[in-house]
Amino acid sequence: MDIVYFAWVRERIGLPRETVETEAVTVADLVTELVAREERYAAAFADLSALRVALDQELSEFDAPLAGVREVAFFPPMTGG
Amino acid sequence: MQVRVQQERFDLGAESEAFAAGAAAAAGAGGIVTFTGVVRDAEGGGLAAMEIEHYPAMTQKALEQIASEAMQRWSLADALVIHRYGRLVPGEKIMMVAAAARHRKDAFEAAEFLMDYLKSRAPFWKKEILHSGAAGWVQAKTSDEDALERW
Repeated sequence: MDIVYFAWVRERIGLPRETVETEAVTVADLVTELVAREERYAAAFADLSALRVALDQELSEFDAPLAGVREVAFFPPMTGG
Repeated sequence: MQVRVQQERFDLGAESEAFAAGAAAAAGAGGIVTFTGVVRDAEGGGLAAMEIEHYPAMTQKALEQIASEAMQRWSLADALVIHRYGRLVPGEKIMMVAAAARHRKDAFEAAEFLMDYLKSRAPFWKKEILHSGAAGWVQAKTSDEDALERW
């Protein structure tokens, strides 16, 4: 599964994209796995209310299932316009 | 309906003219509302540049969904969204929307809807770079999220 990061999430984790092998059932499970890896992930995911998630380029929720998902994106609230 | 995500500058006059002469005219529009977003100086001044990051695989699709929704809800004659990314300096145009409808109320409302959704649902993130070298991400405002509720 590919994971992509944007804005300060990308900066805190230190990379724009990575591929992970995971058995995570939901987005929240995936976050738990990532946070357990290294401090920089824990720092990026410290406050989930400050984060948004997209599954295969569609906005989603942290309790959403990951079955069949190919790309997960984590980013702060968007500031377009 | 047209949605463009690009790094290059755009010519507001030429885009507005082309929009008015195109599908908007063909569909019998009686009014066109356009809005243009411009890079403003930072609070307290000293902005050197604004860097706009986006999610290439998602941006076009997200903007098309927003524009389609506006087309349907206000039976628009036509709609246009142009949004830039990359490094912009103060005064540069960031984006524009245009909405054409038979009557002005629909055009105004649709343009506001487009802007409200672009603010909070289009995958762009802005970073302010100051002359001092300091840099910071522009934070989303709660008022922007709240603005969606009226639709």
